[in-house]
Amino acid sequence: MALEVNGKTYETDEEGYLLNLSEWDEDIAKVLAEGEKVDMTENHWEVVNFLREYYNDYQIAPAVRVLTKAIGKKLGAEKGNSKYLYELFPYGPAKQACKIAGLPKPTGCI
Amino acid sequence: MAAPKFEVPELKGYTDIPLLREGAAAEVKSFPANAQIQEALGFPGELAENWQETAIGRMGELLGKYRSLQVFMDACVHCGACTDKCHYYLGTSDPKNMPVARQDLMRQVYRRYFTFAGKYFPKLVGAKDLTREVLDDWYRYYYQCSECRRCSVYCPYGIDTAEITMAGREILDCVGIGQKYTNEILGKVHRIGNNLGLPGPALLDTLTGLEEDIEEDTGFAVKLPIDVKGAEVLLITPSADFFSEPHVESLIGYAKVFHAAGISWTLSSLASEAGNFGMFIGNYEQMQKVALRIREAALELGVKRIVVGECGHAWRVAYSFWNTLIGVGLGAGADDKYGRMLQQQLDPNYPQPAHICEVTYDLLQQGAITMDKEANDHRIITFHDSCNVARGSRMGDMPGGQFLIPREIIKSVANRFHDMAPETILEGTFCCGGGGGLLTDDLMELRVKGAQPRMDAFKDVVDNHGVNFMATICAICKAQFTKVLPYYGFDMSMVGGVHQLVSTAIRLDAKQ
Repeated sequence: MALEVNGKTYETDEEGYLLNLSEWDEDIAKVLAEGEKVDMTENHWEVVNFLREYYNDYQIAPAVRVLTKAIGKKLGAEKGNSKYLYELFPYGPAKQACKIAGLPKPTGCI
Repeated sequence: MAAPKFEVPELKGYTDIPLLREGAAAEVKSFPANAQIQEALGFPGELAENWQETAIGRMGELLGKYRSLQVFMDACVHCGACTDKCHYYLGTSDPKNMPVARQDLMRQVYRRYFTFAGKYFPKLVGAKDLTREVLDDWYRYYYQCSECRRCSVYCPYGIDTAEITMAGREILDCVGIGQKYTNEILGKVHRIGNNLGLPGPALLDTLTGLEEDIEEDTGFAVKLPIDVKGAEVLLITPSADFFSEPHVESLIGYAKVFHAAGISWTLSSLASEAGNFGMFIGNYEQMQKVALRIREAALELGVKRIVVGECGHAWRVAYSFWNTLIGVGLGAGADDKYGRMLQQQLDPNYPQPAHICEVTYDLLQQGAITMDKEANDHRIITFHDSCNVARGSRMGDMPGGQFLIPREIIKSVANRFHDMAPETILEGTFCCGGGGGLLTDDLMELRVKGAQPRMDAFKDVVDNHGVNFMATICAICKAQFTKVLPYYGFDMSMVGGVHQLVSTAIRLDAKQ
C-alpha cells in the first residue's frame, strides 16, 4: 500500500503505518493525523518529536511511563499523565502517536 | 485506525442467547502474515500448488501425535450443550462461532479423508473436500476463537475446541497461511527477546525510570534488578508489564513484594517475555523455542526459583508444559542434558515454576509481608478469572487454588470485594474477548462483541454493588479491557492487576 502527498510516495503496511522510517516528514505526518482524525497542535508535535527522538536512540517507542514523564517535563507536570496523552491521541498514545510519528506499530499484549 | 464502524451490543447486566444470524461475522478477518513473517518461522511464504496434499498430510500427523484430537474428531454427538457457551457466538450471533460448528469445520474434512464412510459416502456423513473455500473458512473462524476452553467445561465428552483451533492454525501455517499479529510477534521474540520488540538498552532505561518513580512515590529504594547472577528468583513476566498502563503497576507490585520480603530477584534481558504465542498457533517447535530462552537465562544466572508474573497463557505453558519442554518441574527426559541440569539447580523446596500470586499468598500466610488495607478503600473490587489460568492450570496445593489464591490476596489487601455472577467466574469464566492471538486492532469488532458477556456481568456488579475496579492476572485481559471498556461506557482505568492492588497496600517500612 502507498500514500501520495505532494507528488511524493510513501509505502505503508496494511494498517497505514509507514514502512520506511526515514521517509517521514511533517507533510506525511499531517496526512496520517488527518486519517486518525487528530488535529495536530503544538503539544501533539511535542509528543511526536519525542517519540522519534526516543526511537532513534532505542529502536522502540518509549514505554507509557517514560513518555508521560518526558512530556511532564516539557509541557508541565499537570500534563505528565496518560489521561492527558489520551486526550491528545484518543485511540491510545502508543499506537496512534507512533503512526503519526512514522514509527512501526508496537505489538504484543498492549 | 480510526474507530471501525460496527454496532456495540447494548448491556443489560446479563447476556441473552441471540437469534442466529448466518454469516454475521464472516467479514471479520485478521490480516494474514506476509511471506517474510511466515518464512522467518520456517513456514512456507505462500500457498503452494500441492497445498491440499500438505494439509491432509499434516492433519494425519497431528491425529497420530495428539490422541486427543482424534478423540475430539470422533466423539461429538451434536448434543448442543456447547452451542450457547462461546462469548464470540453470544456477541456476534454467527452460528459458525458455536463451538460445535467451529469443530465441524475440521470434522467435515477429517471425515472425508480419514473415515471409511466419508471416503465412500461423503454426503451421507457430512464429509467435505478440503477446498480453498473451506480453507478460508478455517482461517476466518479459527482466528475467531480465543482458545479459552469455556465450551469444553460444558461438553459431556470434554471436547476441547481450543485444541482443534490450535490444530487448524498449525495446518494453515504449514500450507503458508498465517496470521500477521501472532506470527510477527513470534519473530520478534526470536530476534529481540520479547513480544514488544523491546531491546535490552530500552528495557534498562525503562526500569531505571521506574525505580526513580517508586522512590519518589514511597521514599524507599525498591529495585528492579536485571541480569543479576546468583539472585534467588528469576521473574519471567510479559513484556507489556514494562511498557503499558495498567500493566506496569503490577510490575511495581512484584518488586515491592520481593523488596518487603527481602528476597533477591532478577529479571532477564534474554528472557524478557513470559508470553508464548507458540501455543496459540499450536506449534510445538515454536512453543519450545520460545520457552528455551527461559532455561538459558535460568542456567546462566544460576537462580534457585523461577516465578511467573501476571500473564494468563504464559502460566498455562509454564504450569502445564515447562516440565517436559525445558525441565522446570519434574519431567525432563533422560537425554535432555540441560533440562536435567536445570532440575538439579532449582530449589525443590519451592514449587517450580511458581506464580507470583503463589509467592505473595505464601508470604502473606507467613506474615512476612504486611498490608495497609485501608489504602485500597477507594476501590470496590471484583475479580475476572483469566481463561488460561482458570481452565488450563492451577495454583497452590489445593483443588481450585487458581480461583482461591488471587481472591484471598485481594481480600488481604483491600476491604471491599464483590464477585460477579457465579456462572461467569471460576471455571465458567468468560474470556476477556482478546485472548489466543486475537488482541489486534484489525479484530476490534470481534473483540468488542466477544467481550459482551463479561461486560454484562461487570455492569451488574457496577450497578448493584458499586464496583469500580476489575482486577485480573493477565496482560492480554488488561490490554483488552483497557480498549474495550470505553466502548461500553466504562472508564479504562477500571481495570488493573492484582499486584497493582498489592502495590497500593503493601507496607515497605514494616521490616527493614
